[in-house]
Amino acid sequence: MTEGLFHEAARPRLLACGDAAVLLECASAESARAWQDALSEAPEVIDTALGATTVLLRGDPGALRQRLRATPTPPPRAIAPAADTVVIPVHYDGPDLAEVADATGLSVSEVIAAHTGQPWRVAFAGFAPGFGYLSGGDPRLTVPRRPTPRAAVPAGAVALGGGYTGIYPRPSPGGWHLIGRTDIVLWDLDRDPPALLLPGTEVRFVDRSGGVER
Amino acid sequence: MSLIVETCATLALIQDRGRYGHSHLGVGPSGHVDSQAAADARRLLDLADDAALIETLGDLNLRATRAVTMAVTGAPAPIEIDGVPVAHGRILRVAAGSCVHVGRPIVGLWVVVAVAGGLHARPVLGSRSTDTLAGLGPAPLAAGQSVPVGPAPVPKPRADVPSHVTGGDVRIRIVPGPRDDRWPRGVTDLLAATWRVDPRSDRVGTRLDGPTLPPPTPLPSGTEPASEPVVRGSIQITTAGLPVVLGPDHPVTGGYPVIAVVITDDLPLLAQARPGTVVRFTLQR
Repeated sequence: MTEGLFHEAARPRLLACGDAAVLLECASAESARAWQDALSEAPEVIDTALGATTVLLRGDPGALRQRLRATPTPPPRAIAPAADTVVIPVHYDGPDLAEVADATGLSVSEVIAAHTGQPWRVAFAGFAPGFGYLSGGDPRLTVPRRPTPRAAVPAGAVALGGGYTGIYPRPSPGGWHLIGRTDIVLWDLDRDPPALLLPGTEVRFVDRSGGVER
Repeated sequence: MSLIVETCATLALIQDRGRYGHSHLGVGPSGHVDSQAAADARRLLDLADDAALIETLGDLNLRATRAVTMAVTGAPAPIEIDGVPVAHGRILRVAAGSCVHVGRPIVGLWVVVAVAGGLHARPVLGSRSTDTLAGLGPAPLAAGQSVPVGPAPVPKPRADVPSHVTGGDVRIRIVPGPRDDRWPRGVTDLLAATWRVDPRSDRVGTRLDGPTLPPPTPLPSGTEPASEPVVRGSIQITTAGLPVVLGPDHPVTGGYPVIAVVITDDLPLLAQARPGTVVRFTLQR
């Protein structure tokens, strides 16, 4: 990925998104984060939301188009400020663990080693309150979503899908592969902020399958 | 002062204008399903823009512990105070101890029941809206529950507000994109088809049944499309080739490509379309 010197060339593509928002399609996740930062305080912007490589801007599309034109390209930003590392102990006993091993050509213990072996980072939030899409882990763990979503996934399920990993904050339907579970509470309204995982947060998974508790 | 829920045979939810600015927490907007009906009720009762009110599918009985002023807007439904029929879209004086019955709508889906002074509920992230997908905000109303009402001066007289909900086929205006370019014919097939509202529709999305659209063109990378933020009114095309129009309780991000977005003014029309209603899309001029 070419960054830095040539980022002036990578202006985001502005896509129509109804009569009360526009969608910016950026060259990379880092560029999307930078554009969200650059525009979130602009007077024309009511609200923003971040996707993998896109930024949603709510507001009048005409005014937003002008604001975008008048805004110089910000340097891509990899890390959100004040990103503390969150450690998540996982029991790796998910129902799809063997399937993931098959799909990736790894053994079950290699899947666990890959998942815990390097830190992940919350790329963006979505799907449910407190759900973070975690990227930047071991690329060998890239598996597509399940062809048919499960009707019920328990809270705390640790899953893989579309190159991301994530943890279901509450019982819900879900289309990702379940590889484990954690007791960590992802969403708590009595906490400020209620979400444990915010965009930019670094996450390390630790294997607790052996029943070892801290 | 409060309203007591005597019986609630269908769904009745507390809603305000919604919860914005929390997408980084994975929290979507929720809020009024029919913003036109909510605005009608607020105007009748001099309510603030952020007032909370009840949205129900009907068959709801409420008792007032003190004299209150109310209004019922949205889908037209039979209304009675102590068994005496009263008008929809009109300021209603309800004496202490009186029972207000809101029947099932004659046409449309959602009936709005508002009280001068507004309804009190514990705000969650700045809003008293119930997000049915996220499980945030007040629980659905249940029999025996007491809903506190704020103090209010007697509202000024206002002319009745006719309901915008008339039933029948609906024509919904759209803006193509953001992902219309995933289909070689763009929105042509979406505009040409006649759709029907699927009974599995809810506040998360209005599902439409009709001719399946061809699958979207694969991405050059050969990968699945990355999740991206969505807005209410986004028309997602599912793997089955059918449209789902996102409602107020939509998630922050979605994985299906969005072929077009319904314009803001036509969202109430779609929100009030019953299962089986014929829906046609047209380009916004």
